[in-house]
Amino acid sequence: MDTFLQTLVAGVLKGGLYAIIGMGMTLIMGVMGIINLAHGQLMMVAMYIAYVCFTYFGLDPYVALLVTMPSLFIMGVIIQKYLLNPLAYIEAILPHNQVLMTVGIAMVLTEVIRFIFTSNYLSVQTSYSSSTLHLASLSFSVPLTIAFFSACLLTAGLFLFLLKTDVGRSIRAVAQDAEAAQVMGIDSERIKAITMGIGAALVAAAGNLLLPVYYLFPDIGRPFTTKAFVITILGGMGSTVGAILGGVTLGLAEAFASTYKGQEYEEMTGLIIFVLVLLFLPGGFKRLTKV
Amino acid sequence: MAFFEVTGITKFFGGLAAVNDVSFQVNEGEIYGLIGPNGSGKTTMFNLINAFFPLTHGEIYFRGEKISGLKTHQICQKGIGRTFQIVKPLRRMTVMDNVIASAFLHVNKKREAVKVAEEMIDFCGLNHYQDKLAKSLPIASRKRLEITRALATRPKLLLLDETAAGLNPSESDEAIELIKKIRDSGITIIIVEHIMKVIMTISDRILAINHGMMITEGLPSEIASHPEVIAAYFGEDYRAQS
Amino acid sequence: MKRNIIPLIVLAVLLVLPFILRDPYYLHLMILVLMWVALGSGWNLISGYTGQVSFGTAAFFGVGAYSAALLMSKLGISAWWGLPLGAFIAVLLSFPFGWISFRLRGPYFALVTLALNEILRHIATIWESLTDGMVGILVLQTFISKQPYYYIMLAIAVTSIIVIKLVMDSKLGYYFVTIREDQEAAESLGINTVYYKMVSLCISAAIIGFTGALYTNYMGFIDPKIVFALGDISIMAILVGIVGGVATIYGPAIGAFIMVAVQEFFRTAGFGLFIYLANLTGWSFMHTAVKYISQAHVLSFGLLVIFVIRYLPNGVVGDWDVIKRKFSFGKTGSV
Repeated sequence: MDTFLQTLVAGVLKGGLYAIIGMGMTLIMGVMGIINLAHGQLMMVAMYIAYVCFTYFGLDPYVALLVTMPSLFIMGVIIQKYLLNPLAYIEAILPHNQVLMTVGIAMVLTEVIRFIFTSNYLSVQTSYSSSTLHLASLSFSVPLTIAFFSACLLTAGLFLFLLKTDVGRSIRAVAQDAEAAQVMGIDSERIKAITMGIGAALVAAAGNLLLPVYYLFPDIGRPFTTKAFVITILGGMGSTVGAILGGVTLGLAEAFASTYKGQEYEEMTGLIIFVLVLLFLPGGFKRLTKV
Repeated sequence: MAFFEVTGITKFFGGLAAVNDVSFQVNEGEIYGLIGPNGSGKTTMFNLINAFFPLTHGEIYFRGEKISGLKTHQICQKGIGRTFQIVKPLRRMTVMDNVIASAFLHVNKKREAVKVAEEMIDFCGLNHYQDKLAKSLPIASRKRLEITRALATRPKLLLLDETAAGLNPSESDEAIELIKKIRDSGITIIIVEHIMKVIMTISDRILAINHGMMITEGLPSEIASHPEVIAAYFGEDYRAQS
Repeated sequence: MKRNIIPLIVLAVLLVLPFILRDPYYLHLMILVLMWVALGSGWNLISGYTGQVSFGTAAFFGVGAYSAALLMSKLGISAWWGLPLGAFIAVLLSFPFGWISFRLRGPYFALVTLALNEILRHIATIWESLTDGMVGILVLQTFISKQPYYYIMLAIAVTSIIVIKLVMDSKLGYYFVTIREDQEAAESLGINTVYYKMVSLCISAAIIGFTGALYTNYMGFIDPKIVFALGDISIMAILVGIVGGVATIYGPAIGAFIMVAVQEFFRTAGFGLFIYLANLTGWSFMHTAVKYISQAHVLSFGLLVIFVIRYLPNGVVGDWDVIKRKFSFGKTGSV
């Protein structure tokens, strides 16, 4: 029973982080209509930035959020503006060329980081990295708990932003109907760039929050890209609420698979969920709840 | 049993009825017109007949056979061809290849498909353009390509969606000629059209709809003078004045 | 007739090449080029002609490769029987995954193939009792000389090109392109799009699976990282297709040549040029350069993807007119 509850806790905590990874992805999906296959790699870059901040400037990973989120926001904007937006004007036989572009970006990011930092495993050892809180017979990892609550805060912030600000409303308008939004005078290319920036900043936050408890190496991006698209499909493309549900579901599923089947099955879990969703629930949670 | 029959078809989008309990029959060899103001559900009706959307209620029969519930491609195979209001040319194929691709529905050898395609291009007068890429055609020819392509699938019933929209007067006269020629070759036609002149000159019978519901059905002359049709098109004030 | 002359000349040259090219290293490179002609053509059929972008070339390739290897290691049957078996299993595999994704609209096929690639790599890694996991499987090669492999690979490459040429000139080909150009139009013209996408995927998977099995026979060793590689197989296949020319018959052949050259250029640091220079000059930074260049081949792939999609989306063959215009600008500049 204890193992079960402990796994449940671990799953939910991790799910919170997955939720913000998924929200960024689904926002991009909703506005641009593309799956961003560089999502995990953007997170990896953010983690390296935080690592540098910690190792060379002694900046605590949580303070480093103030560095990584803006940096990744800018990076996202640049990627969208100079690499993805221009593709709309290129006549290509192959569809989904923007998705292919994100794959190219993912490869370049990974290899550039590998050049700078080599493939070695790095880690950030903070005073609280392995400290735990105890509640009854359950233990909560301190950094994961902080991560979970930060994720909740970020989610709330994102919702406020989307619902209350002009830019947020424009984002939702473009997501609903890009052409109509254009007619209404919304500069959809600018909105796309901002959306990509927000998506990148969100995933940067996730990576940053994960840093105290995770090893860091250049190839860490790819499994997270996979997780991100699994969450997006599970939640329903373009649905932010769906992404939260999808993130928590994936976190739980992974935790249980890893506890009861073994660590090596963790990554398979997401992929199997992905296939099952396409088989039995194409459209994801969005279909069930209509949110 | 009628050649083509629609009984009580209804389509809900969310809670809104785009088409509500519409029934009509089309006889073999006639041109049956469908009119209604913008957003009255004309194109939706076509999308229901060729199964782009599933029906909420109702049934569709074609030559004594129930066709509602079939998939889009099966409906075409049964002999119902359609064109699109917003044309869908296969952009990076030549006009000839566009038509060849459609002609393959009933033949398997390329030689035979080419023969059918050449016949149809001749019939519709697109010879001039046959080696051009479909994306490079002017709008009138693209509309004509839509028809040519649909004809190459050898339909017995043809659904024409706004064939004359966006054409200048002389082009639209040519379109009328073509539609008549198609009817004379033995193909039954259901036509959706916004331009009154076109639909009034070629239709044998007309069904007027508004808000997805039937207003009236009758001969063109009856429709033109029907008060509710006039109201739907020109508003209540117009009726009050006249 | 005239249009077939250049390919026939190239074929004739390829037939006598092993007699001219004695160096086994260059023959090995040519075998790789021919392998990529087949793989690129397979990818091009489903992605370029039918418009269903596949990130899963490695899935079918790896399944073919493992079919051959497991026949040998588990049943003691010659790995050559793996060629038909590999093709067959690749086709079997494409049924469920094609069915899952083709009935949905959107980028599902791309994602499903990507996931399939990852799933199979995990299975091949985890299921150690069958596949020996990361250790991989060793298969004894039949021939010591590279020449027989060269001719077999050449036969496969030529066959795949001919098969695709025939397919594209038939009803199937017209239907594939119609589906790529407009799915709704295709449906309303009586084309069962799910069925024909499936047919396209099956032909593509068969070619790729067959080639994968031949890879096992030729290399004599496979492991999950090699044959289910996303970058070196799946992305490479996409690059071969795009660089050469999406939806062209001979594009993948040209793409294969260019891409194997690029891959080898980086792997060997400019075909040994930089090592030679380093030894010649004795400058230490040259040695560092060699190290970096040989590590940079994935980076070069990434940059190529970005460049090609941005500036050469239809490849050397597809955008030939554009390239010609760029380079002949000086001559016709006054116009």
